[in-house]
Amino acid sequence: MIQRPIKLCIAALGGQGGGVLADWLVEIAEAEGYLVQATSVPGVAQRTGATIYYLEFFPSTEAEAAGHEPVMALMPVPGDVDCVVASELVEAGRAVQRGLVTPQVTTLIASSHRSYVISEKSALGQGMADDGEITTLLRAQAGRLVLFDMNAVAEEHHSVISSVLLGAICGSAVLPFRKEVFEAAIRKSGIAVATNLAAFAEACRRAERGEESSPAASTSVDIPRRARSPELQPLLDRLHRLPAASQALALEGLRRTIDYQDPEYAALYLARLERISSLDRGQSPAGSGDGELAQAVARWLALWMTFEDTIRVADLKTRPARFARVRKEIRAEAGQLFGITEFMKPRVVEIAGTLPAGVGEWVLRSPRISRWLGHWTGGKRIQTNTVFGFLCLHALGGLKRWRRGTLRFKEENGRIENWLTRIEQLAPAHYELAVELARAQRLIKGYGETHERGWRSFSSLLSHLDVLASRADGAAVLARLQEAALADEEGIALAKELTALNGVPCEAPEPAAGAGV
Amino acid sequence: MAERSFAKEVKSLRLGAGAEFRGEGILAVTKALLQSGVAYVGGYQGAPISHLMDVLADAEDILSELGVHFEASASEATAAAMLAASINYPLRGAVTWKSTVGTNVASDALANLASAGVKGGALIILGEDYGEGASIMQERTHAFAMKSQMWLLDPRPHLPEIVRAVEQGFALSEASHTPVMLMLRIRACHVYGRFMAKDNRSPQFSVADALKAPSRDYGRIILPPSTYLQEREKIEQRFPAALRFITERQMNELSPGDVGDIGIVLQGGLYNNVLRALELLECADAFGTSRIPLYVLNVTYPLVPEEWVKFSAGKRAILVIEEGQPEFIEQGASQILRKHEVSAHLLGKGILPMNGEYTVDALRKGIGEFIERFSPGLRSGKAAVRSVKEVPLVSAERLAALIPMRPPGLCTGCPERPFFSAMKLLQREMGPLHISADIGCHSFATLPPFNMGNSIMGYGLGAAGASAFHTDGGQRAVAVMGDGGFWHNGLTSGIGNAVFNRHDDVTIIVDNNYAAATGGQDIPSSRAANPHRQGNNSIIDAVRGVGVKWVRHTRTYDMRATLKVLRDALTTDFRGPKVIVAEGECQLNRQRRVRPLMKRAIQEGKRVVRERFGVDPDTCSGDHSCIRLSGCPSLTIQKSSDPLRTDPVAYVDNSCVGCGVCGEVAHAAVLCPSFYRAELLYNPSRWDRLVARVRAIVIAALQRRGERRRLRYAL
Repeated sequence: MIQRPIKLCIAALGGQGGGVLADWLVEIAEAEGYLVQATSVPGVAQRTGATIYYLEFFPSTEAEAAGHEPVMALMPVPGDVDCVVASELVEAGRAVQRGLVTPQVTTLIASSHRSYVISEKSALGQGMADDGEITTLLRAQAGRLVLFDMNAVAEEHHSVISSVLLGAICGSAVLPFRKEVFEAAIRKSGIAVATNLAAFAEACRRAERGEESSPAASTSVDIPRRARSPELQPLLDRLHRLPAASQALALEGLRRTIDYQDPEYAALYLARLERISSLDRGQSPAGSGDGELAQAVARWLALWMTFEDTIRVADLKTRPARFARVRKEIRAEAGQLFGITEFMKPRVVEIAGTLPAGVGEWVLRSPRISRWLGHWTGGKRIQTNTVFGFLCLHALGGLKRWRRGTLRFKEENGRIENWLTRIEQLAPAHYELAVELARAQRLIKGYGETHERGWRSFSSLLSHLDVLASRADGAAVLARLQEAALADEEGIALAKELTALNGVPCEAPEPAAGAGV
Repeated sequence: MAERSFAKEVKSLRLGAGAEFRGEGILAVTKALLQSGVAYVGGYQGAPISHLMDVLADAEDILSELGVHFEASASEATAAAMLAASINYPLRGAVTWKSTVGTNVASDALANLASAGVKGGALIILGEDYGEGASIMQERTHAFAMKSQMWLLDPRPHLPEIVRAVEQGFALSEASHTPVMLMLRIRACHVYGRFMAKDNRSPQFSVADALKAPSRDYGRIILPPSTYLQEREKIEQRFPAALRFITERQMNELSPGDVGDIGIVLQGGLYNNVLRALELLECADAFGTSRIPLYVLNVTYPLVPEEWVKFSAGKRAILVIEEGQPEFIEQGASQILRKHEVSAHLLGKGILPMNGEYTVDALRKGIGEFIERFSPGLRSGKAAVRSVKEVPLVSAERLAALIPMRPPGLCTGCPERPFFSAMKLLQREMGPLHISADIGCHSFATLPPFNMGNSIMGYGLGAAGASAFHTDGGQRAVAVMGDGGFWHNGLTSGIGNAVFNRHDDVTIIVDNNYAAATGGQDIPSSRAANPHRQGNNSIIDAVRGVGVKWVRHTRTYDMRATLKVLRDALTTDFRGPKVIVAEGECQLNRQRRVRPLMKRAIQEGKRVVRERFGVDPDTCSGDHSCIRLSGCPSLTIQKSSDPLRTDPVAYVDNSCVGCGVCGEVAHAAVLCPSFYRAELLYNPSRWDRLVARVRAIVIAALQRRGERRRLRYAL
């Protein structure tokens, strides 16, 4: 029989304890009478990048029989790795990318949790890698797959992911070492022994079962028939008359607009949606799905109508559910006291936006008043858990009943109407373009400069609608323009696309002087 | 104090004869130095040899017991110059650094040392930062060995061999009066293995002995006519002496094999991976027995012509396996074989990749092709036995699209983050700036999300890299330099130069109190108490001392103040170099210091407030400008629980250290109101409890109405 070492590769992130795991494995292997060689490539990845540890194990009895020590390699070889251990989903994918996972040989032990990379995090919208597709890839590529959320197991046991990975290695039986020797290594390290052992044991059990977490099944939404309050019953009835495919979204829209303002506002939302939906029924061409336009509008109209003004923010910040969520998120122990400090920086435009429309406009028109108001702006730290801080925000949130009169509301409302009108105009002849226009609302989000940038991008798309309508591929181009608008903050990609569209150079949309909402 | 403590490893430095040493390669080197009777050691930290410096720093007790002088040198040039002690005296000295960058810095001293020649063994231990995991430009140390005629050892990555190379390196140096370089690749530095220890030896001749009886020899001074004589000495005496020593001690190894007509010559450092490639090609077993004859160069410079001729004679073809470029060994071999009229085909680069790391995979392909062409009978009929299926199953393009890259970045809570956030905001205000970047943690600012810095010219050369951009009018150039780089050479090469040449630009010295990127070693301006070093030397005083008139200090976590000082520097009417010291303690080091203290205080029942940040997901709109301005690892994203929102929302995970940058950024950038700071209170006082009770009652009362309303309108 040809003697060959067992080869194991650990793909981890800097700071995740890949080194601890490798040290444990060395100790276990030596205790079990194996010769072991381990090495690593930390490099600049010592901070937050990806790191690789590589180990080879060889039975010392065989080496003694042969009279020679084995020569072991310092790096994993594609097609020749018995076990790949990945501490995170994308790192497991990267091991596949490096060719280290082979169906015929490799057991892949990976945590299904995600630690997002900077490109995913810094995207102007959705930039997350496709978990589902990566999981499919792992399943196809691995000889055997042990995949579950090891980070969750670690947290549950107040342990670290290296203990969980060690447990999974033990449970998967890829290494010919006894469980008690694994446990002895954890004990010997003398740090957080009880919690590490608990995490180890659970991971071991799950790996023994060959656990492979499956993606969560999508839950179908039940649309209630009866409302708790009779006031809302007519709204619910109208909701049920919408095309089935848009009902779930419309229900969320209703909930959101009620929460934001009142049932009357929700009725306005529904009326607007019905306007669009009626177009949908007649016009939806084959292949474009059932009520695609209504679905898009149901979502984006709800988000636009519940734009985040200062009143909304104050309202959300003062709710009991929020206090409970913070308690959970910061992992306060039961009964532990904690304070919350908000970081607000209202500018003159935000203050003016909260004033009655006439007054607000006057303030913005008058440089003198603006300047005077400017003294009151700047970074504010509000302690929401104090009586005074809470009262401030509570009072601001209470301005909700006068929201319809504010300058911001007037402006947003006008913009919404204009947007809906354009959708209505386009839908009969350019259905798909109308759908894309509805989706383009996603560009407008955030606060302050972010919001202004989004509005600038959206406006420049609006101004090109006629050009787009004249083209057969108008909808596709609009979709591309949206992607371009979300490609960078400076508007460079969008300017490039618009230049290509117009045939004349377009500048990146400049912030308007004294840009307001 | 360094990031990692080596208390355990230091113990293994005390092992005596008969005991087994276990540990990583670079620690084996340390032990080997002590076994060799080294008299003095110096060096400059940097991956992959940082651990050598750290372990020595933690082992001051053992070193002083043995009478070994150790220094954390100010730079590689300092370390190399330290080897001057071996020129006149039979003192064994060793220095270490990251190569080739450190060798570049050290070159001046090395060239002089090599010309003068040495009496005591001089060993230069180099971490060859090449291939996967390297953080520098891809070059070879080999060229330095050739140009100064120093010998280069490249031992097999096996601990007993590495230890032997250290011991033989000193002897070779003494036998040939030439400094010897010992290079170790990244994986060899970190390889875990074992070797049988010997007793440590005190130096037979110590630095104190040297000072008692100073000796001088004009022939060792670098001035003519000595230099001409030294050149002749190199060729006529030292070179032949080295060849003799290498041959006699059989430093290079031969493995005969059973196939006579082909052979492989390889650098010792590649041995394990070449053997694995041969094993996969079924031309070797797991124990290093190769069917093809191998000539293993544990000394890669100089080449020993007799050995080459002997190995190659009568063979059809020789394959030279030499990592990196240019292919110096192949060139040398080709000259040797030609001059000795050996007719074997010489192959190397071409059949093997021209550049890049020689992975087992690359070796397998190259050696496979070599066998195919020159000894096809060797593998006939065997190819299918253990051929590995092509992997991966999915196309490279699709994988590249699916798997995002994970570039390194600044750590959670890093004090440099708010500084670069401020720089980003400043550029929004003033337009793009020319930024001359430097080496250090702050180099990561050249990566997303900061994407800042136009060039990197070397450690401490940030300010010097901006020297040409000194014109009237237009925006001022900005140079960034770390405190490590500043003391390494930036004070003179950058700041002094800017004063002397009347520059008008702005230099920012990012002061995190440590050489943080290499593992948190102390530097002259480090604040922490260190019994063996003199810290607390002020950067500002040094800058003033070389004549800078405009100097400002800012705490990086105070972003508003930092922004203001940056703006001032760029707009002031003051003519002359402007220096800003942007200070904030390295968070890794700080946490290591602060965390245990906090934990103890909590356990002791003291009132403790721990801060951390969070994001309200219901007000976050998923634009992530905060992340683009910060990039903190703890500021991440999660899928929105809001069924209408499609974009992920920002989220602060539990690794947050509460540095405060999130709040500062939200304020300074007019971002969004979603950030909050939570102040967790441990061991509250009675007053705390009372106040909290009152607050809770009032707040709950105010919340009740809204809750009733929400309940009524719940759908």
